[in-house]
Amino acid sequence: MKKSIFTYVIVVALIALLAFTAVFGLDLGFTEIPSLEDGVTLGLDLVGGSEITYQAAVPAGTSSSDLSEGMGSAITMLRQRLDSLGYTEATVTKQGDDQIVVDIPAETNPEEAASKIGATAVVEFRTSDYDEAAGTGMSMGGTAIDSARAEYSAIDQTGAQAWHVVLELTSEGQKQFAEITKYAANMASGENVVGIYLDDVEISSPQVSSEYASNGINSDSAIITLGSGTDSEYATYLADIISAGQLPFTLENVKMESVGASLGERSLSSSLMAGAIGVLLVMLFMIVFYRLPGLIASVSLALYTALFAVVISVAHLNLSLPGIAGIILTIGMAVDANVVIFERIREEIRKGKTIRASIDAGYKNAMSAIVDSNVTTLIAAIVLWKLGTGTTVGFAMTLFTGVVLSMIIMLFASRILMKSLVGVKAVNPALYGVKTQKEGE
Amino acid sequence: MFEKMNFSFVKHFKIFLIVSAVLIVTGVVGLVTLPFGLNLFNMDVDFLGGVTMTYDLGEAADTAAVESIAKDVLGDNFSSVITSGSTGTQVTVKSRFVDVDVRDALFHAIAEQFTGASVVSSSSVSSSVSADLRNSTIIAALVAVFCMLIYIGIRFDFRSGLAAVVALCHDILVMLSAYIIFQIPFNVNFIAAALTILGYSINATIVVFDRVRENERANKNAEFADVMDLSIRQTMTRSINTTITTLLTITMVLILGVTSIRNFCWPLFIGVLAGCYSSVCISGNVWVKLRKKKAVE
Repeated sequence: MKKSIFTYVIVVALIALLAFTAVFGLDLGFTEIPSLEDGVTLGLDLVGGSEITYQAAVPAGTSSSDLSEGMGSAITMLRQRLDSLGYTEATVTKQGDDQIVVDIPAETNPEEAASKIGATAVVEFRTSDYDEAAGTGMSMGGTAIDSARAEYSAIDQTGAQAWHVVLELTSEGQKQFAEITKYAANMASGENVVGIYLDDVEISSPQVSSEYASNGINSDSAIITLGSGTDSEYATYLADIISAGQLPFTLENVKMESVGASLGERSLSSSLMAGAIGVLLVMLFMIVFYRLPGLIASVSLALYTALFAVVISVAHLNLSLPGIAGIILTIGMAVDANVVIFERIREEIRKGKTIRASIDAGYKNAMSAIVDSNVTTLIAAIVLWKLGTGTTVGFAMTLFTGVVLSMIIMLFASRILMKSLVGVKAVNPALYGVKTQKEGE
Repeated sequence: MFEKMNFSFVKHFKIFLIVSAVLIVTGVVGLVTLPFGLNLFNMDVDFLGGVTMTYDLGEAADTAAVESIAKDVLGDNFSSVITSGSTGTQVTVKSRFVDVDVRDALFHAIAEQFTGASVVSSSSVSSSVSADLRNSTIIAALVAVFCMLIYIGIRFDFRSGLAAVVALCHDILVMLSAYIIFQIPFNVNFIAAALTILGYSINATIVVFDRVRENERANKNAEFADVMDLSIRQTMTRSINTTITTLLTITMVLILGVTSIRNFCWPLFIGVLAGCYSSVCISGNVWVKLRKKKAVE
């Protein structure tokens, strides 16, 4: 009996701990479990914002390596542009081979944002005294550059190796580049730079040494050294930015979804409220219909909900409307497992078996139905996860997580709790919602 | 509870067939006529490509004024303007797919006349992307159904898998009927709703079939039709209770949710009911029929 009460205390404590973790997060020392709010990324249909999909209009005959290089440049360019427009929370991800998805949370005028973001990148090289209005200094358009790439190799006669950017120039670009570097090399130290600008924002300003003062850098290629400490990431970034001005393709805005922030806010809070009331009603129904086992089902459901919340925060799941549908389905299925088991237990009790024997037989008989229906759902979830696109994947992921968790809880937690019932002497059939059979019935 | 009930589900199959036929006929007609250009669905932009923009004008919606602005900016691409939402200040403009610059221009033109205007939601999908999305999801769903069929085939027998899939198609068709009859916006969320019902329906059917498998083992000489009737009755309480608990959550979302979520939960509600009905009245009967056919051969 003591052991049984102990089991209940542990389970209730576990639920409290999980619920606490879901709300506030938990620092375990070696690792930190994020709270639900920090861990889960809510889809734009729940919080409001815009999702813009760009498709690369790839000219026929583009090799796949050129495409993936160009996509890298395009992503860097979009990232840079989002930052300079102030959308620091935006995310940029590649989808398939030739699509880029940009997510901007809480944007009030999505069309304007999309139009700014999608415009062709303008890369320009400028001398330090360049001022278009005043007509001073020199500039050179990005079209002068044939290609730019990051490279790790020797950068001077000493053979010291470092990351740097190699620029290949067009024949017209070669002349322009010679002129602009000659101009820069003749400036005072500190001003002898050729700044690299993307959409009027300075990205980098490499110096031109005085040895080029008479002729400029007159070659079909040039390198931008970045200092010995530079890592590959920065060199690649700079090369991508320079390439952005001559992406081998244009980006077409093929799809856009946006939900106003106020609508998003309402949809999230109302969904949470609906979910909470729904779960409470389910618990109430289970208790009224199944009595004591119903109470255990409710405790298991609370355990499931809390565990699910923690798991999706740890997994950093992206939750949108279809994901919530997945959750509703898994709650339904978790309760269903209980219903199947309880019905079997009741049948056994009606046959006149003891409560203990009925519980054992009930679990044993219900198991194949529960396993088969859950495995079938898991199969569907895995296939949709692997083959689906967009929101289908979010649905499949929540479904998969939910089914696995609810199976674990049904097979372990709820079973242990049910068996402990006998330990606390809860052996009256009425507690299980079974009317005691009268003679002659 | 229903175990001692005297009703035979197998003997009344014809009645269930008629009921089902009535339920699915709208969906079937909707699907069949689609390739011939007759669109009974309230198609959203996701599947056809196009633009749907909802604005809050900040004052009582004047659709005629918005229509003339939209026609001005969008030209031939314009398709419709309707009031939307519950406040009476929102309008939804639909058009064929146009560039982001045009969409931005439309908002500015509207904001010029209605100074309090703001964008509530906007979605635009080019037709090539919508076709990709549609095709890849249909393929994923078919592969998923096929894999489930194999699993059920291994665990039960192949004909029971077929029967489960028949019930599944039935439920999806009932949902499609609901989409047409209630003119629920037919968009990418249909896929999530259909997948949910797919999971639910298979789940419901398997619980019944599992009981059939068990009863058959325990009683080898019984008529399969009788075993089926007994199994359906034995699992009846479960079928009803699970449906009630699932509907409780969905109903709460239906009552409290915003329009887009309600549009999503309404078909789920119908699908869950259909799933319960088909698992009790259709799938078992189909299995019986498929078995009989085999026995005659």
